[in-house]
Amino acid sequence: MARTISFKEAINEALDQEMTRDPSVIVMGEDSIGGTGSPGEDDAWGGPMGVTKGLYGKHGNRIMDTPLSESAYVGAAIGAAACGMRPVAELMFIDFLGVCFDQIYNQAAKFRYMFGGKAETPVVIRTMVGAGINAAAQHSQMLTAIFTHIPGLKIVCPSNPHDAKGLLIQSIRDNDPVIFCEHKSLYGVEDEVSEESYVIPFAEANVMRDGGDATIVAYGMMVGKAMDAAKNLAKEGVECDVIDLRTLSPIDMETVLESVENTGRLVVVDESNPRCSIASDVSAQVAQQAFKSLKAQIEMVTAPHTPVPFTTSLEDLYIPSAEQVADSVRKTFN
Amino acid sequence: MKQNIIPILMPKWGLTMEEGQVNEWLVTEGAEISVGDEIIEVETDKISGVVEATDAGLLRRCIAETDTFYPVKSLLGVLADSSVLDSEIETFIEAYEIPDSEEDDTEESIPQYLFTEVDGLRVRYADRGSGDSVVLLLHGFGGDLDNWLFNLDALADKHRVLALDLPGHGESGKTIPEPSISGLAKFVGKFLEVVGVSSAHIIGHSMGGAITMQMVTECPESVKSLGLICSSGLGPDINSDYLQGFVDAQSRRELKPVLQQLFADESLVSRQLVDDVLKYKRLDGVDDVLRTLSAMLLSTTQTILSNKVIASGKPTLVLWGEQDSIIPVAHARNFSASGGSSVEIEIFNSAGHMVQMEKANDVNRRLLNFFS
Repeated sequence: MARTISFKEAINEALDQEMTRDPSVIVMGEDSIGGTGSPGEDDAWGGPMGVTKGLYGKHGNRIMDTPLSESAYVGAAIGAAACGMRPVAELMFIDFLGVCFDQIYNQAAKFRYMFGGKAETPVVIRTMVGAGINAAAQHSQMLTAIFTHIPGLKIVCPSNPHDAKGLLIQSIRDNDPVIFCEHKSLYGVEDEVSEESYVIPFAEANVMRDGGDATIVAYGMMVGKAMDAAKNLAKEGVECDVIDLRTLSPIDMETVLESVENTGRLVVVDESNPRCSIASDVSAQVAQQAFKSLKAQIEMVTAPHTPVPFTTSLEDLYIPSAEQVADSVRKTFN
Repeated sequence: MKQNIIPILMPKWGLTMEEGQVNEWLVTEGAEISVGDEIIEVETDKISGVVEATDAGLLRRCIAETDTFYPVKSLLGVLADSSVLDSEIETFIEAYEIPDSEEDDTEESIPQYLFTEVDGLRVRYADRGSGDSVVLLLHGFGGDLDNWLFNLDALADKHRVLALDLPGHGESGKTIPEPSISGLAKFVGKFLEVVGVSSAHIIGHSMGGAITMQMVTECPESVKSLGLICSSGLGPDINSDYLQGFVDAQSRRELKPVLQQLFADESLVSRQLVDDVLKYKRLDGVDDVLRTLSAMLLSTTQTILSNKVIASGKPTLVLWGEQDSIIPVAHARNFSASGGSSVEIEIFNSAGHMVQMEKANDVNRRLLNFFS
């Protein structure tokens, strides 16, 4: 039965249902149980944003509070995955993944390849991304591109509660390491989500809107901005295709190319810094594979090449806006 | 509101519809409209359909512009006889406001869907209208009760109408207690007991038609009459490529051409329709259900159920789309030739397997006529 729940509740439900379905699924992270000082309090907070609230009461010791040592418990999760468990490790902010890069990109990402396909590493690292809550430069980055760069990792970044649930279930059932990026500004967003378990396959972009005049590609929180821009542009008579990538690695370029071949205009929206970003990657692939279809220069809408500012007024300027997206679409008609 | 000015409003097809796009006016300003005339073609995110006139009168104003979206209950046009002054019509149009749906408590009090349990399995169903005359709608393989989106409310004007999601379908439980036409017929019989209905006009589409016919054997007392729409079980042929394609499709690209086979007009298969079916197919358990049922359908197509129906003498209406590419219309013609006096048949042109959607108004009218 579909009912309206929040992005946060959708993630909690996916974890709950997969832990119920498969005893090898375990959850670990800083304060995942509660963080009120004593394990076992079912009404405790449940992680830094309350995403895992209530899971301890249902699944007991299969959910663990870990020490404040990301390199230790992410390494433990990867090792457990290589030994047959399906761990979901929560690493508060993607900004902190730097301290366990070896475990992630040199170990987890390489096992399948270096052991000739005989090893699998079905680990999910859930982590918060993005700006918008004044969390300052060390807790607000959109580091999706760094992980997308590494072969052997899968990168997921949902834009709405329905996709968050289906993509997280797919991530847990997937046999490769997945970096599951949750935008902190989306946790409160509500949507219709089925109570039943379901999966959304990787590398399937979601066409949110069919327009035909221009293509806007986005992911994560930027999908909402792209949709707002498309609605405003429609009032001016410009109808946009809006494509939500949903997964960045693997990426569904087929849907993007199909759209651009029809519209001839592309605007890529990415909340990350502009250099070596998802925006520049998608732009390059389209320029190479659909150059003859393009009627105008490709536009990118990204954050500037600066750290994320703390001050509200500056942070607001830093995050790409719907108006910037609309302006960029207009530029492709000049 | 002036009695002699009659508004034409954006219809609400199903409770999820919020707006519709006016594709085309099928009549011109100044035309004399009779009840039942097709006046506007409207497209929703699910499918497009035709708005029929519910009142007669002179079409004084076409307000809605084509290719434009309007919220449900927006004023699309105005009927009024020639004695009404233009200025009165202008005043009426200016004063018209879309009624607030939250204040419209008659509509809000009807829940869109209900849930119950049959044999321990969760069943979603719709229960509309009222009265002693009950109509039960059974969808086909891979469908759900929303296949009756354009029929439910129209039939509920005069009857109590029930529609359920069969086991493994829609939002009912994703297992099939007994995967056979006979098992499903028994299940539907139990559903009628659970909702306290002793007998009903049973309308089945495709596989639902085979279930309807089988109910004549399993629970004859609960079948008042039969409506068989593009039904399986009337002849040996079924499009096995469609069944296999529906089961195997894993992506939008694979599913769309499969779903297009269901309609005479392929353009009716919107992205939303494909997405909705794909969402259903991705629910845990559905893949197994569809594989089990399609194997069952392919192995039992030789089983012809119509003889028992004819022998029962129960009134039977057979409706078909001439362009049905899933189950051939020849099955309907053969059945009507052998069916005797209890069987009526009507074949609709420019309609495929989903004739109840493509020719909703005609199908509704024919069904209502048949019940009375």
